[in-house]
Amino acid sequence: MRKQSRFILSVLAFGYAFLYIPLLSVIVYSFNDSRLATVWGGFSTRWYGELFRNEQILDATFLSFRIAATSATLATVFGTMAALMLVRFGRFRGRTLFSGMITAPLIIPEVITGLSLLLFFVTIQQWFGWPSQRGFSTITIAHTTFSMAYVAVIVRSRLSAMDQSLEEVAMDLGCRPARVIFDITLPLIAPAMVAGWLLAFTLSLDDLVIASFVSGPGANTLPMYIFSKVKLGVTPDVNALASLFILVVTVTLFAAWFLTNQREKKS
Amino acid sequence: MASLIQKDRLWWHITVLVPYLWLLLFFLLPFGIILKISLAEPILAQPPFSPTFDDTGTLSITADNFAFLFSDKLYALTYLKSVIMAAAATICCLLLGFPIAYGIARSQPRTRSLLLLLIVLPFWISFLLRVYAWMGLLGNYGVINNFLMWLGITEQPMQILYTDFAIFLGLTYSYLPFMILPLYATLERMDLDLVDAAMDLGASRTTAFWDITWPLARAGVIAGCMLVFIPAMGEYVIPFLLGGPDALLIGRVLFDEFYVNRDWPLASAVAIMLLLLLVVPIVILQKNQARDAEQAT
Amino acid sequence: MNSTRNPCFIRIRGVSKLFGDFVAVDNVDLDIAQGELFSILGGSGCGKTTLLRILAGFEKPTTGRVEIDGVDVTDIPAYDRPVNMMFQSYAIFPHMSVEKNIAYGLRKDKVARAEIAKWVDEVIELVQLGDFRKRNPEQLSGGQRQRVALARALIKRPKVLLLDEPLAALDKKLREHTQFELMNIQHELGITFVVVTHDQEEAMTLSTRIAVMDKGRLLQVGEPKEIYEYPETRFVADFIGTINTFDGQVSAVDEQHIHVDCETAGGDLLAFNEHELKPGDKVCIAVRPEKIFISREPPENNEDIRVKGTVDDLGYLGNLSLYRVRLESGKVILVSQQNRQRSAKRSIEWEEQIWVSWRPRSSIVLVN
Repeated sequence: MRKQSRFILSVLAFGYAFLYIPLLSVIVYSFNDSRLATVWGGFSTRWYGELFRNEQILDATFLSFRIAATSATLATVFGTMAALMLVRFGRFRGRTLFSGMITAPLIIPEVITGLSLLLFFVTIQQWFGWPSQRGFSTITIAHTTFSMAYVAVIVRSRLSAMDQSLEEVAMDLGCRPARVIFDITLPLIAPAMVAGWLLAFTLSLDDLVIASFVSGPGANTLPMYIFSKVKLGVTPDVNALASLFILVVTVTLFAAWFLTNQREKKS
Repeated sequence: MASLIQKDRLWWHITVLVPYLWLLLFFLLPFGIILKISLAEPILAQPPFSPTFDDTGTLSITADNFAFLFSDKLYALTYLKSVIMAAAATICCLLLGFPIAYGIARSQPRTRSLLLLLIVLPFWISFLLRVYAWMGLLGNYGVINNFLMWLGITEQPMQILYTDFAIFLGLTYSYLPFMILPLYATLERMDLDLVDAAMDLGASRTTAFWDITWPLARAGVIAGCMLVFIPAMGEYVIPFLLGGPDALLIGRVLFDEFYVNRDWPLASAVAIMLLLLLVVPIVILQKNQARDAEQAT
Repeated sequence: MNSTRNPCFIRIRGVSKLFGDFVAVDNVDLDIAQGELFSILGGSGCGKTTLLRILAGFEKPTTGRVEIDGVDVTDIPAYDRPVNMMFQSYAIFPHMSVEKNIAYGLRKDKVARAEIAKWVDEVIELVQLGDFRKRNPEQLSGGQRQRVALARALIKRPKVLLLDEPLAALDKKLREHTQFELMNIQHELGITFVVVTHDQEEAMTLSTRIAVMDKGRLLQVGEPKEIYEYPETRFVADFIGTINTFDGQVSAVDEQHIHVDCETAGGDLLAFNEHELKPGDKVCIAVRPEKIFISREPPENNEDIRVKGTVDDLGYLGNLSLYRVRLESGKVILVSQQNRQRSAKRSIEWEEQIWVSWRPRSSIVLVN
């Protein structure tokens, strides 16, 4: 009903251009035939082909996906437990410390988290001989620790918005508290848990700094591999890889957006 | 019946204990270790720092690392530069993000959800790849320079990549969504009648903005600024990829100190100092969120 | 009321407002006199709030002009109009104290500090908020917020005060009390009030005149009594109070009366011929429940309209009794009777055969 001022409209246009022009330019250059990323050498899809023949990339991708899936699952379980604790269990001893610890990873810079975890792993290796090697397990632990904070935030807001009388009804009908959590609470917060899992998965797949700290020699995640390549400058196969990333994310998000819109229209 | 209750209690304890222990072990304890190592001396050994208790069992700690950080001008300059860079990016994000958030909050519901989606979308695309995208834009023969030369504005390519300006651009670009989302949240739930009421009472559109919209968006402004400033302070990837070799920001210095100089105690001390520097903004952020949550109920 | 008041203080001519294809306000002409307490009444989405926002200056009419006190204000923005508004949500600025809220309008007009203080004192006195002036809005009750909103809008002594559903946010008891307070304040200050409401009872008690709106158009404008007793359309008759309607056809016309053949009434209904109708015209006879008498015996007065029926349902409301009467045609009508006599027994019971009757004068004839 209200018209937007011309100033707002132009800033909106500028802002979205600012956000998307870099992404578009990467996509355009991914079809550049030239090995020199900066010179246009005609249209080609050869870099996409090369991507799938590059074993290092495939290995790194596989490792990244394994870590992301494991840590996202753990983070969802722990994060949900943490959210349940904070919302439903009222005051308990050490609550302040706990809620501080669960939110801190959201704001503490990655370099600090990464460094502290690495020093921790080195120290306990000295004491207990574990972990003998840093790689899949240490990265998974690190990712679980910081992504459970995100899951907890998402599930927590869903839990607080939930009508608590639903749980009370179940108890009134003879359901014991532990059962209530499985019968009533979990099904209702399931969408938040799914969203949390997806976010945790993406965060893990995305992370470079923490993984660089806590991984050992030989264990390269996808971001670490990309970083080692792009340190030296723009390369055409990373352009292709980035374009694939953008494509997958865009298609997934738009599909999800479209589906929720459809559902809202129906109801 | 008694066993059932015991079973319930067991579940309760598991739910409480598992995440609690996990965080104690993998979050709090590592911080203790950083603190411990920052008080040790670097030695040539594996691991390269002196033990907290020496052979005779007496406590052996030193504040040398922190003293060094304060005595060496390089570190003071690094911290200062990080603060300035992060602050500049924060201000730029605010100037750009506020009108964008405002525009989204005041648009039709259908367009609004699409506009929001387009703000959130970059979040899900790899951070590293988004920073990388700027390398292609800013390089000497990148898109921008090619475009400028094609227009005839410059003959020679301008040096944009590997400068502080490129870091600033990268920070603004990467953290802009962190500014827009909290601002959008406060602006969206603001009662538009308030602005109308102010105008009805004689305030012009601009006056009404400064009297009503701006103060009521305060919680969002604070949250947005902190969410940009805090991670920008510790940023490592952006100064490394977009900045020049002398672009010394804390995140990078910490990394170099650790991997290049292998001075673990000093790296730990740098991390502790960074954390101390961030305590103020973090406390501001927490207080702001708590007050905001209180007002929302 | 002073006799020199301007009958066209607010003059709305041919005002329409379109949002895209949607016609929110459709070619409205309306005059409101100085010092009136005028209500715009209608259901949600009828365009009443849009019309009010056009008067306030928040919306620009697509076509038409608006004049206030002889000045064309159509192109004057809200902040320069001699008009203030009280919002339905009250729109109290949450980050300002009661006092600051009230003083806001004068501060924007750059009035001197001492002057502002004097005015604030006065208006706070008027709405009895003395004890609350330093409070923050979140510490106020609904009734107090309403007073702040009123004081804030009144302090600039607007020529017209617009009130958007001023009582909707209050509970029932408070609403009645506040209603009379509003009327007193209006009377005391002599400011023209334009009230938008969906509550017909509120409109009836508050207003000097009412305009009924539906689908963006003004259906009828008049004093509460006129609107209630002489509705011009079925919508108005239905919207204000309850009414029984009988569709039929004029069968005969004599000097004063028309006879309307209504199938649902099981015969002819008598009414006064106010519309110069001819036999064959399709009309609707409407009659209010309280105008109908109910009796066991056939009514004696031959002039009256009499119909037989059975009591389907009855309800005792204390001051009134309500009856749902099923006529022989099967149509159910509503009858209300005052309980004049103190008695614990019911005079008329369920399923009882009774007569309903009313005077021809009580028949409202609705054409089209």
